[in-house]
Amino acid sequence: MRITCPYCGERDIREFTYRGHALAIARPAPDAGEAAWDDYLHLRDNPAGATQDLWHHGPCGAWVIVDRDTVTHEVAGSKAVAEVKR
Amino acid sequence: MKRYSAFAVAREGLRHHAGWERAWKSPAPKPSYDVIIVGAGGHGLATAYYLGKNFGITNVAVIEKGWLGGGNTGRNTTIIRSNYLQDPSAAIYEKARSLYEDLSQDLNYNVMFSPRGVMMLAQTHHEIRGYQRTAHANALQGVETEFIGPERVKELCPIIETRGPRYPVLGALWQPRGGTARHDAVAWGYARACSDMGMDIIQKCEVTGVTQEGGQVTGVETTKGHIGCTKLGIVVAGHSGVLADMAGFRLPIESVALQALVSEPIKPCMDVVVMANTVHGYMSQSDKGEMVIGGGADGYNNYTQRGSFHHIEETVRALIETFPIISRLKMLRMWGGIVDMTGDRSPIISPTPLGNTFINCGWGTGGFKAIPGSGWATAEMIARGTPGPLAAEFGLNRFREGRFIDESVAAGVAH
Ligand SMILES: Cc1cc2nc3c(=O)[nH]c(=O)nc-3n(C[C@H](O)[C@H](O)[C@H](O)COP(=O)(O)OP(=O)(O)OC[C@H]3O[C@@H](n4cnc5c(N)ncnc54)[C@H](O)[C@@H]3O)c2cc1C
Ligand SMILES: [Zn+2]
Repeated sequence: MRITCPYCGERDIREFTYRGHALAIARPAPDAGEAAWDDYLHLRDNPAGATQDLWHHGPCGAWVIVDRDTVTHEVAGSKAVAEVKR
Repeated sequence: MKRYSAFAVAREGLRHHAGWERAWKSPAPKPSYDVIIVGAGGHGLATAYYLGKNFGITNVAVIEKGWLGGGNTGRNTTIIRSNYLQDPSAAIYEKARSLYEDLSQDLNYNVMFSPRGVMMLAQTHHEIRGYQRTAHANALQGVETEFIGPERVKELCPIIETRGPRYPVLGALWQPRGGTARHDAVAWGYARACSDMGMDIIQKCEVTGVTQEGGQVTGVETTKGHIGCTKLGIVVAGHSGVLADMAGFRLPIESVALQALVSEPIKPCMDVVVMANTVHGYMSQSDKGEMVIGGGADGYNNYTQRGSFHHIEETVRALIETFPIISRLKMLRMWGGIVDMTGDRSPIISPTPLGNTFINCGWGTGGFKAIPGSGWATAEMIARGTPGPLAAEFGLNRFREGRFIDESVAAGVAH
């Protein structure tokens, strides 16, 4: 699998560290309630197919949102977290 | 069912083996059952078996999308041990290990349980402390384990390099009654016994939907049509998230590929199982002489039953330091299975948000050893409608309530 870092271009997967589903950047408000936090911290869709997750590119330190397929390893696209969330 | 025995072998030998019967039937599904179990891996089949044996519930179907035992049950490295740290884990894994002791007699099927002993190497000072702690916990739990020094390690397994420069062996956690069993035979033995009790094992039948009415399950949609049920057990390991989605809830589970490989067969050179958790590798020798090697899981979620090549490379590279003898072996085969990981690395045996629907999952990288105990506990939960003492702590709500059963620190490796 090769992932495109928005700053460095297409790189081998071994340069990246997996950081879980991209829902991590949509943190609920501190007072959102127990159910919302349970959802955010523990429950996962865990899809067999299209997913979106976070990868950290070691060499440049960028956090990247990657669209990929969990069944085929196809990478559909990527963007920098910094561009989505400021 | 005709029993297997020395006498039967002699009898069939005298009549050209014409009298062996099929080990289990392959019936068409009935319109409905008291209990449907989805997934004919070890855990699903054991659940069905103990439903019949312990509770007399035999109007049961086990539905499997592929062939029985074709999931992780037929892909694992068959290590059996019960030296866990937390009390609920020790209880269920030790129950399973003790059931393995006479499972062949119980099922009248040779599962080749071989209590050859399992050692988990301590290769850092941190590990020494961790395993001494586990040995003390095991003593309190009634699980027989012992912390042994490097000389004893070398005596039990002469092919280990104990004085390696990078990770010398400083000791090990030793469980003499741990070992291995034949994975396929476990699935086949349970399937034969279930079929004999009148249960239907339906292979090549994929569950594609879960039907419900008023918050209660009513059956499943399958590639062989709708099949009704009063109670549903979901026991599909890596595909638990997919089934949960059909039933309308989410799980604290993520699926990843875990790999194993075997070498060409060589003469017997090790008669114990060795796990080296710091370097992420473990090894045993099969009865055929192959070195069976397991490594770490892929570092990211996926459903590709093969895994990444660089993980194999890392595993083998690490093991060669501890077992220099394998450096020139050819590796014959590698394969992967999709394992279901929870955050605390402990399983889930629980009722679900859908009425009369139960789930058994989250065994991740280490559920082969648990099959008999897990089936025992899951059958009890399905029969009674509520978890018994073995399953009580493994509920889905433990995440929300912060009652984790943290085994990730204790093992920290696929096993
Ligand atoms: C490489 C590897 C090494 C391992 N090593 C060890 C070890 O040494 N010791 C140990 O204790 N554990 C080990 N494990 C873990 C162990 O294999 C699993 O925890 C255990 O086998 C899980 O059993 P199961 O019955 O829950 O799942 P499975 O055996 O995977 O059975 C689930 C079944 O459900 C079926 N299914 C899925 N979706 C559907 C559907 N929609 N409809 C119908 N059927 C469906 C699948 O086809 C499958 O047959 C290892 C795993 C792997 C992959
Ligand atoms: Zn980069």
